[in-house]
Amino acid sequence: MSGDHQVLALLLFGAFIAATLCITSRVGRGKQGSPEEFYAGGRQFSAMENGFAIAGDYLSAASFLGISGAIALFGYDGMLYSIGFLVAWLVVLFFTAELVRNCGRFTLADVIASRLRERPVRRAVGTSSLVVSLLYLVAQMVGAGSLVALLLGGTSGQTRCWAMVAVGALMVIHVSFGGMRATTWIQIVKAALLLAGTLALTVLVLIRFHGDVNALLNSAAEHSGHGRAFLAPGLHYGGNWTARLDFISLALALVLGTAGLPHILSRFSTVPTARAARRSTVWAIGLVGSFSVMTIVLGFGAAAVVGSDRVRAAHAAGNTAVPLLALDLGGGAGSTSGTVLFAVVVSIAFATVLAVVAGITLACSASIAHDLHRSVQRPGSRPRSEVAVARVAAVGVGAVAIVLGLLARDLNVAFLVGLAFAVAASANLPALVYSLFWRDFTTRGAVWAVYGGLGSAVLLVVFSPVVSGSAESLVPGWDFHLFPLQNPALVSVPLGFMSGWLGTRLSVEPGDADAYAETEVRALTGAGSV
Amino acid sequence: MEKQAGQWAASVRPEGAWDGAAASGRIDRLARHDSRADEGPVPSIETGPGISFRGEGEPPYPGGLFGWNQPLVQASVPPGSARLVDSPSTVDVYREVQRGAAFQQVRRRYRRFVGPAAVAFLLWYFGYVVAVVTAPGLMARPVIGALNVALLAGLAQFLTTFLLTWAYAGHARRYRDRAALELRWTVYERAGAHRSAAAVHDGSHRMGSGAGR
Repeated sequence: MSGDHQVLALLLFGAFIAATLCITSRVGRGKQGSPEEFYAGGRQFSAMENGFAIAGDYLSAASFLGISGAIALFGYDGMLYSIGFLVAWLVVLFFTAELVRNCGRFTLADVIASRLRERPVRRAVGTSSLVVSLLYLVAQMVGAGSLVALLLGGTSGQTRCWAMVAVGALMVIHVSFGGMRATTWIQIVKAALLLAGTLALTVLVLIRFHGDVNALLNSAAEHSGHGRAFLAPGLHYGGNWTARLDFISLALALVLGTAGLPHILSRFSTVPTARAARRSTVWAIGLVGSFSVMTIVLGFGAAAVVGSDRVRAAHAAGNTAVPLLALDLGGGAGSTSGTVLFAVVVSIAFATVLAVVAGITLACSASIAHDLHRSVQRPGSRPRSEVAVARVAAVGVGAVAIVLGLLARDLNVAFLVGLAFAVAASANLPALVYSLFWRDFTTRGAVWAVYGGLGSAVLLVVFSPVVSGSAESLVPGWDFHLFPLQNPALVSVPLGFMSGWLGTRLSVEPGDADAYAETEVRALTGAGSV
Repeated sequence: MEKQAGQWAASVRPEGAWDGAAASGRIDRLARHDSRADEGPVPSIETGPGISFRGEGEPPYPGGLFGWNQPLVQASVPPGSARLVDSPSTVDVYREVQRGAAFQQVRRRYRRFVGPAAVAFLLWYFGYVVAVVTAPGLMARPVIGALNVALLAGLAQFLTTFLLTWAYAGHARRYRDRAALELRWTVYERAGAHRSAAAVHDGSHRMGSGAGR
């Protein structure tokens, strides 16, 4: 990396930070006092705006750099991730988008608590939502640190630490001063930048191969060092049966987890009606889908233009594949246009990290202030302004995320995203689906489903090869692993659904048919929605 | 829970009592309702469903058009201290609507589309995933030029996702939206007609029905 890249990238990123601070100060000057404003941005975003914001919330740096890099290294197997990421949106569209908008207020716990006993449900769902968000947040923070270090060439530990602190401080400022309105606009701007950048690179790749996809694929296979096998599955997940089962487990977590991610579900509260929630999901599917197709082209393009060996030499996991591709497409190292393209890609990756962590921090602060804090308030205690609590919670979450990120910066945290999706699929999704569709569902069922799914997912990971028993484990010297898979979803998702069913069947109190009638009618008609 | 019991019990019996479930669930709904107490007037029925925001043909929704009149300081009501008594009528309205033919039809249409479609795409996705990890030989078979079975199947996943999205959105727009909107007004009007319990909040008179939330 030459000095030019770094200076230009820093300038561009500085401009983006200035723009986001501008947005935050503009909307922060308004009325941020009410929960409607802080958690839902006033509920006045249009379907298209919210669709862009959802894409901005969902597409992380890993999906931009990581997936393309995996494709550049392993060919077809890199694609499998992005397909799961997209198909998951059908679950969101069919089962949650409209119904959550109609029944919910701000958080996932609102939907479930509206027909069950409030305190235990808020405590359980708030806890699991917080766990999901924190896992995801730490993964993003560590990723942000590595990304900055990698792209600015300062591989020293200090650069990474400062990058994490800076990202954490920025996200806290955006969330606590700007609330949902600022977060949403930052995500919209980021999604537009990300899609524009990806589109430009894709067009350049296709121009390089004269629009001939066949030639692109053949050239990719040729320069990958694997030949034809590069275009078929098996290079990455084609190991023993454990590795294959592990992939199926991950696929299950990806497809079912998205519908239980707190920061995605709370995005539906920012539009006025269920119809707008549905249309924003359709927008999101269009944007996420076209983005995924483009990253596949970029991944194969990087293999064809840069070559898998050069990608691997630059970074073992392939995270620099897209920046290197941009450099080559612009005319190679040393050329002005190459330098500019490279810097643009790097700063888009920064913007991506910033928008995603802001969305997750807001979800964390909502879980703490709106769910957990409310569930422990004693009746008759002096009601404190919930938004004030949420602002403080955002600062606390930021601090915790920075500390955890610094502690975990040298560990292999790739499993954290898979774990976050697994917990969302095994704890949040069963509780949500049962409360929307099962008349006899009870409070005990909800609490058991959440704790059963959450506990089993976390325990299975603790006793998996991720933590102990192999050279890549978190504690390499030990071996107490009992469970062979790295991703627990294959076992924990059925356990979550089963414990919800069992808890309901073993309840002392019967299900409340009146409350369910209200939930059902509200979910499908929007009667009485806020 | 018995409807007659617990209506008043809600405000006197502590959390966790034998019938706490429904009571506190309702308290929560009331607390929400209560916290929105000064968010501006609820649109009157006379405005009719013809009003549209942003040209979307959306119904007026209670809570102020553009979030005006929001309370600057949230008076959050701790759970378990309901200051309202839910009128039994609200529950009755929801039960009536739930049993009504119009709602049954909306629900049937929703479930008839979503059920089979969800089963189909989940089977198709997991079938694809299982085939990828178990039958690499079949997947590597070339079809057209550089495209093999695996690449085509992957592209087909994208295509079916887009098609199902489009089909769902069209189905909902054609067969559910209008009926759901009418039902929303039905609930609103009936609950309005039942407006019996008065909510006294900061000296302002509010309707005490579920539809005002």
